[in-house]
Amino acid sequence: MKLMIMLRQVFVMVALALSAFAFAQGNLEINTPAISALQKSMQQRHAQLAPLYASGALGLTADGNVALRDASGVPMAQRGQVNALVAAENADRAALYREIARANGHPEWEAEVRNTFAQRWVERAQPGWWVQGAGGWTVR
Amino acid sequence: MMSMNARLVLGTATALAIATAGCVTINIYFPAAAAEKAADRIIDEVWQLREGQAGPAEAKTEEEAK
Repeated sequence: MKLMIMLRQVFVMVALALSAFAFAQGNLEINTPAISALQKSMQQRHAQLAPLYASGALGLTADGNVALRDASGVPMAQRGQVNALVAAENADRAALYREIARANGHPEWEAEVRNTFAQRWVERAQPGWWVQGAGGWTVR
Repeated sequence: MMSMNARLVLGTATALAIATAGCVTINIYFPAAAAEKAADRIIDEVWQLREGQAGPAEAKTEEEAK
C-alpha cells in the first residue's frame, strides 16, 4: 500500500516535470530589456528603411539581414547615409538573434533563430519589396 | 531502517528525476514553432503591423508623403 502511494507520488512528480518542459517549449522568452531595446531601435529605424525597401534600393536577404540591392535609385549624396542605415540595422539584427538565443539559455541557437527570422521577414515582406531566395532576388 | 520497497521507489524516483532534468537542461530540439511565433511578434512590432492591418494604410501614407 505504502509502495503504491510512493509510486503514485513519483509519477505525479514526473508528469509535472514533463508538463513544465512542454510549457517551456511553447514560447520563447523575448521580454527582456535587451530585446525590447533592440526592437525599439529597429522600429524607429524602420521609418527610414521602409521607403528604401519600397523603391527596391534595399532588399531582405536570405540570411536575415538587409542589403543594398540597387544603389542606382539612391542619389549619390545619400549613399553614405543608406550604407550607415544598413550597417546599423544589420548590427541590431545580429544582436537581436544573439539575445533571443541567450535569453532562452541556448546561445548555440543563434543561427537557428536567425534562419527563422530570415524566413519570416521574407514571407511577411510587403508587396513591391525585394527579397532574396535560393534563386536570387525576387520582388514580392 | 528503509524497507527494500522504499529503497526501490527512492531509487526509481531519483533515476527518473535525473532523466527528466537531463531532458530539460539539454533541450535537444530547437523549438521551431515557438521561434516562429516569437519572430512574428517582433516583426509586428518593428514593422508596426499590429494596429488594424497596417499594410494598405502604410502604403497610403507613403504615397501621401511623395
